[in-house]
This record gives sequence, structure tokens and C-alpha cells, in this order.
Amino acid sequence: MTRPERVIGNLNRALHALLDDDPRAYVIGEDVADPYGGAFKATRGLSDRHPERVISSPISEGGIVGVAAGLALTGNHPVVEMMFSDFAALAFDQLLNFASKSVSMYGRTVPMSMVVRCPTGGNRGYGPTHSQSLQKHFIGIPALSLHEMSPFHDNADVLTAMLSSEQPCMLFEDKTLYARTMHQGGIVDDLFRYELLDDPSRTARVFPVDCADPDWIILAPGGLTERAVAAMRTLLLEEEVTCELLVPSRLHPFTVEPLLETLSRARRICVAEDSAAGGTWGEMLAQQLHQHLWHRLAQPVLLLSARPSVIPTAAHLEHTVLLQAPALRRALTEASQ
Amino acid sequence: MLLFVESHWETNVASTAPPLVGGSTTVLPQPRAGAEPLSRLAAEDLDTLLMIRHFELALLELFSQGLLHGTTHTCLGQEYIPVALYALLDEGDHVFSNHRGHGHYLARFRDPHGLLAEIMGREGAVCNGVGGSQHILRDRYLSTGVQGESLPVAAGVALHLRRTEPGRIAVVHVGDGTWGEGAVYEALNMAQLWGLPLLVVVENNRIAQSTPTEQQMAGTIQARAAAFGIRHHHVTSHDVAVVRRELSGLVDDVRTRHQPLVVEFSTNRVGPHSKGDDSRPAEVMRHAAEHDWYRRYEAQHPEQFAVADRNQRQAIAEVVREVQARPASRWEHS
Repeated sequence: MTRPERVIGNLNRALHALLDDDPRAYVIGEDVADPYGGAFKATRGLSDRHPERVISSPISEGGIVGVAAGLALTGNHPVVEMMFSDFAALAFDQLLNFASKSVSMYGRTVPMSMVVRCPTGGNRGYGPTHSQSLQKHFIGIPALSLHEMSPFHDNADVLTAMLSSEQPCMLFEDKTLYARTMHQGGIVDDLFRYELLDDPSRTARVFPVDCADPDWIILAPGGLTERAVAAMRTLLLEEEVTCELLVPSRLHPFTVEPLLETLSRARRICVAEDSAAGGTWGEMLAQQLHQHLWHRLAQPVLLLSARPSVIPTAAHLEHTVLLQAPALRRALTEASQ
Repeated sequence: MLLFVESHWETNVASTAPPLVGGSTTVLPQPRAGAEPLSRLAAEDLDTLLMIRHFELALLELFSQGLLHGTTHTCLGQEYIPVALYALLDEGDHVFSNHRGHGHYLARFRDPHGLLAEIMGREGAVCNGVGGSQHILRDRYLSTGVQGESLPVAAGVALHLRRTEPGRIAVVHVGDGTWGEGAVYEALNMAQLWGLPLLVVVENNRIAQSTPTEQQMAGTIQARAAAFGIRHHHVTSHDVAVVRRELSGLVDDVRTRHQPLVVEFSTNRVGPHSKGDDSRPAEVMRHAAEHDWYRRYEAQHPEQFAVADRNQRQAIAEVVREVQARPASRWEHS
């Protein structure tokens, strides 16, 4: 058996493969060049191999996303790294008003293949402006797709899917995932297995080894995987409550229709996410789920988000704002009564 | 007060601007644009100038009749800029236009039918009526409506050109008001750092919508370019032939030396910002009108002008009649 690969290594390998195989690929971002190789080392080794197409930029998030849009417009495949996803706010105009608009505002489809990578989320003590999960602010922009990294989805496949969509894409990468390992061969741990479904969002399904229809199905972005599996494990071992977890690679656009057969197997559904409550991805999903499954569900979709608060720096405070495994488990237990 | 500001500007920029480090090559005293004789132009150039002029006048007329939907920004008084400049470009060069872009489009394609159809949402529209007046893409010409946004995009295109089509350039049109946007400085910084063939054309008409430039810009464009070590050239002439001569070598340098250039035109917005929204004092309007190339060319080359002007006026009137009669544009979207 091969040694498990860390998620950051998988991402780095995917970027290497992209630049090696695609002469139109670029990687642009702050401090991405060697020897530094990016704030989270996702770009390590890239500039040594491809100095012309790996560009360490000034601190200009809006500017570099604009540069990427210009490269996309001329048929290239740029990947931009936001050092922290919080800074994608500075590139909002380029994403909203130029890159995504250009796909259709000229009256015909204009291919705009570009990816904005966003190291995302908290639980690392980076404080209010370096810990957010801003996915919700980019949802619903026509021709802008949102993906999220997970330990189930090979990043080379995800990059290929994003770039071949010929639309601007954002890849949200939970920062705590970087140091984790990729799951391989359908195995999560001793209790859980996983498979990749073939719906358009390439959803990963995590399920207990021996399970018919689960009590709960949890829908969550990749960053919550570890916390969700931890909660599922405790629920199974201590309360005999069975859960499955669905982790889509593409968060938006997202349609539940292709997953209805899977989802119909449970009478309780939970959507868990790291965004601050209010106007979130989870709310959008809950609305879709209610529309299709209202009569089958034992209760409305349980929506678990981060508290609508700034994200404090100190670990004990941060934990009170962001969704943790014990809170997730507690909420499911209470809702199971 | 405004008159004082106006004359101060003339003095400061046109004749005594200090030569700043890394900046302009042309700070020699220039005659006031109003006193400048205008060269007799080749028929094609004069026709294009007049095509743009009558197109814009026709738009304002259509608006006043309630026949246009939405908004528009005419380039009355600024027509000579793309007409002069585009003779120095070829179709492999990218042009990024802005909200005030009809003249740029017409100078590049001489296609009043397609543009009017776009603005009116009629069949044959360049972008099927989706983009309208300020969002147009055709070949290597693109316009978009958010100030400053296209500079980083043009820098990205210039990066592509430098690597894959050396010798070609990206040209981006901005106004004086655009210099309030941070995107401008991010793009200038990268363009100079990375040696990009980017030509920034500033159409400084001294008014940003309703705000005089003196009230929205500290310092000068020249000094801002100099701060990045970017070459700046100031064009005060409104004479198509003179402008071309002045810029020819500079544009070649952008192509061959892969270095950005800021060319700042001192120009006049003769018309309103969009339609009927001009709040400038009468003296300022009179000054703009007096310096309008159209009147001056008419005075200096009356016979040539009269024929060409009549022809273009009639041609545009015919375009308006023909396009207006077309069925609505259709948009097949997913």
C-alpha cells in the first residue's frame, strides 16, 4: 500500500501536473514563487520548473484576478492564489463584473477558463480577517462556479473539471485540510467507507460499513469532513444513530435532483457549513431539499452554520463561533429525539 | 472660480508642466489647442471623424425622441483620438474601450449599423443587444462599463501577447476620472514590473461626469505615471496628422521594447456625460465648443468639410432609418 498523501501534497502535485501538461496554464499569486512556495506551500517547486508561467505578484488581489481574466480572455488557463480567501473580497469586482459577466454579456458564449484558489476557514487562530468562509458571498453569480477541496476529491481532477468548464471558478480550500491525508481506495476509517457519485457536483458519499438506510444524511462542504465524520462516529458508537455524509466537490451551481434517490433513504437531513449564518449555501440547499422531499422528511432540514459573528482569534473563543464536532453531534442528537 | 481653474489648468499642463523624473518626453511649450491649425486630412480620416460625430448626434436625437432605451455616453469632441491612434495599430492589437466607446468602435470597424443595432437592440447587433452601448466584444476589441476594471485585464492580455505574439500591444482607454480607481495603480505597477506592452490612453476631458478634474484628482497623471517609472507623453494637439506623427515612434517602443506607456490627451467633452446631464457653467461649455475640432476644421477647410459632412450626416441618417426598421435582436442563452 502506498503511503497516504497529504492534501497539500495532492494539491501541489495537481498544480505541477497542470503546468507540465498544459502550456497555457499559469499560476499567479502573492509569494507563490520558490523558495517560499506560497503561504501554505501549495505552489512549492512550481516556479523553479516553470519560471515564465509562475508569477509572484504584488499585493494586488483585484489586479491579479484581472490579469487572470485577461489571460483567460486570450485562451489561457490561469490559476490565481488568494493568500487568504478573505482577500477575495478585494477581487470581487473582477469576478462579479468582469470575469463571470464576460462569459455571456457579449451576446454569445465567451470561454473564460480561470480558477481562483481560496485558502479558507478558521480553527487555526488567524482571527477575524483571516479565518472566514466567504462562499456565500460568491453564490448565485451567473457563470461563476464554486468548488471546495475535500480529502476525497483528487485535486488534479478538480482542476481539470474547473478549467474545462470554460467559466471562472473559485476553489475554496479549508486550511485545516492541508495537513490531513487524502482518503484512498474507498476507505475513510474502520467504520466508514466512501464512494464518488457521478452527479454533476461529483459528490462524495461517506457511509457506515454496515448500513441500510441511515437515520441522517449530512450535506457538508469538504472543509467540514473531519468534524462531520467525528460526529458521525460518536453517534454511531454511543447512540446507534446512523449517518451518511455527502460532500460535493462543486458547491454552486448545485442541484439536489440527481441525489434524490440517495437523499430519500433518510428521513432526516442536516446541512452543515462554516459560513456565518444568514444567506448561506446551506439555506439554498435546504430550500431545494424542502421543495423535493418535504413530504418524506420527518422534520425540516437541520441547518448548522457558524454563529453570525466575527471569528475570534483565541482558540477557546474561536471554537464557540465555528461549528465543532461535539456541537454537530449534539445538534443531531437533540434533533433525533 | 471655474474659469480661474480652467486657465490655471491650461497654463499648468499645456505649457509649464515640470519635467518629472521618468515621465514625459514632451513638455515643451505648446500652442493652445484652440489656436492650432488643423491639417487637411485624407478623405478616409475625415469621413471616420464625421461618421462618429453624426452617429453620436443621432443617438442624442433618438434619446430626445424617446426611441432609445437605457443610457449612452457620447464622445463628442473626442472623436479624433481613436481616429488618429488606430492608424498606428493593426488588427492583432487588442483595444479595451470604456463607457464612452462609440468612437473607438467606429474608428476600428467603421460599422455604424452593428453598433446602432446593438444600442437599439435590433437584428445585426454586434452582441445581440445584450451588451448595449458599453459592453461590446468583437475580435480583439472589448469594452466594459466599470471604471478602471479593464486595466488589469489589459495587463493580462499584454502578458499573453508578450509571450506568444511579441510585437503586439494592448491598448486601454481611460478617462481622467478613472484615475480615482485603485485598479489603475495595481495594473500600472504590474505593467512596469513585468515589462508589458500596454498602452494606456487617457482622454483627459477635464470632467468626470459632473465633477471637474481639479476637484477629484490631486497632483497630475504625469506624476502618477512617473511614480511607477512609466513613460508619459502629453498630447495637446487635436490634429489627427500631428497626433499620429507624435505617437508613431512611442507606440513602436511599446511594441519592441515591451514597456508600458501612458499617453494623455488634453481633450474636450463637447457634449453631456450621458444625455442632457451637463451642469457645467456656460463659459466652460463655450470653451469646449470653441476648441471643438469639428468647428475648427469646418472653418479651416470649408469646401472639403461641407461635402464630407453632408455625406456622413446623410449616411448616418440612412443607418438610423434602416436599423430602426429591423426586427428586435434575439439572444440564445443557456
